[in-house]
Amino acid sequence: MAPRHIQVTETSRVVLPRHTKLKYDETRQVWVILAPERVLAPDEIAVEVLKLCDGARSVAGIIDELAAKYAAPRDVIATDVVAMLQDLADKGFLTEVRETTS
Amino acid sequence: MTDLTDTTPQVDSHDGLAVLERRGSVAETFGIPLAVLLELTHRCPLQCPYCSNPLELDRAGQELTTAEWKKVLSELAEIGVLQVHFSGGEPTARKDIVELVAHANDVGLYTNLITSAVLLTRERLKELADAGLCHVQISFQGNEPVVADRVGGYKGGHAKKLEVAKWTRELDLPLTVNAVMHRQNLHQLPDIIQMAVDLDADRLEVANVQYYGWALKNRASLMPTYQQLEETDRLVEEARERLKGTLTIDYVVPDYYALRPKKCMGGWGRQFFNISPSGKVLPCHAAESITGLDFMSVRSNNSIAWIWQNSEAFNRYRGTGWMKEPCQSCEFREIDFGGCRCQAFALTGDAANTDPACTLSPLHESIFKQAESDAASGQDRFLYRNFAGGTPESSDA
Repeated sequence: MAPRHIQVTETSRVVLPRHTKLKYDETRQVWVILAPERVLAPDEIAVEVLKLCDGARSVAGIIDELAAKYAAPRDVIATDVVAMLQDLADKGFLTEVRETTS
Repeated sequence: MTDLTDTTPQVDSHDGLAVLERRGSVAETFGIPLAVLLELTHRCPLQCPYCSNPLELDRAGQELTTAEWKKVLSELAEIGVLQVHFSGGEPTARKDIVELVAHANDVGLYTNLITSAVLLTRERLKELADAGLCHVQISFQGNEPVVADRVGGYKGGHAKKLEVAKWTRELDLPLTVNAVMHRQNLHQLPDIIQMAVDLDADRLEVANVQYYGWALKNRASLMPTYQQLEETDRLVEEARERLKGTLTIDYVVPDYYALRPKKCMGGWGRQFFNISPSGKVLPCHAAESITGLDFMSVRSNNSIAWIWQNSEAFNRYRGTGWMKEPCQSCEFREIDFGGCRCQAFALTGDAANTDPACTLSPLHESIFKQAESDAASGQDRFLYRNFAGGTPESSDA
């Protein structure tokens, strides 16, 4: 079973659990997170970060990409991204890849 | 069964996640609902005396075919529905359940299985998971077999449910435990809450029986006492606090004892519809209990979106124009929309009357007294739900 409660660090490789789906809702023209009995609308920044949570990239890798893309100080981006991911994980929308991916 | 639209938002909006159900722009204009309940069949091995299916059950021969359900699923995805709940009756009584889940997944729908679990094997559940099933909800009738198997009218049912719940988590599917509560099992609530924790469920629905159809026929045997209700409120509040972060608890109160009526279905034709086994598009799963409304079928020449937007049955109780007093001038008229139309019809004979669950209804006092006298009736025998019109529980059961 995928772990329920995780601690997000820069070495974590996070991914949406199989029962949580991020998709673009064409009808309402918004990104949505589909979860049991719930439909949530993440904001633009959350969507951008979630799209990078593919289980292959580490959190450090995600931070590097975003820092480069926005030419922003890495430590500022790092604080925000880890806090956001921890929050999503606490709500059950993220889990961690623990085995080595081939 | 979950009232989706009344689900309390569990995520704060300040962290960038807004709960879409609460966004006016979608719901207020009668946009297509986010989630739809599909009652694949009325067939069920269980015979619960509070079954939410209508008294007049659809027969197997009336059910939509596999091809028809697939067409429905494609159409729902096309018009903007995001989630489907496969329900019944017992949805796994359909031989094509895996095929339907796979098709729903293929067209991009998020899938939930609402099941009694007693027909499932581990292989079948694995097939469903592999087909893309996202969530499983299992009904429990108690926390141990003596009460549970008697309520469900199915020997060995409780043990099987525990087994399937375990498989569900082993397959890494999120689990909701649905516990329908009434006078004869409310004393088990603390143990049911613990059972949900032990089963590693994500959610527990503590749903007091709502009295329409079969449950109305069994009201004297099911109605809790007022003292039980007070104790239940206390237990749920305490458990929610204690289990925060471990188990989410949704709670539905028995509204005969309520002061304000529930915003049933989020308001008629506003946020919800379901499709019956024979393909009728309904504003709620009990809507057929209201006589004089003509519900259109997916087998008609009209699209599901057209039926939702334009059919007479959906428009009849939309908004506030249909309301009589005391609803019409009530400050809560767009908060609760006058409560439940099915309950208003069942208890007053006119679905446009105020739901007697409301203190402003002239009948409120009398239904409160009715509940108290039902609770004290000493009548404990059930009328089991089945295709034969119901079978009374034998006295030596």
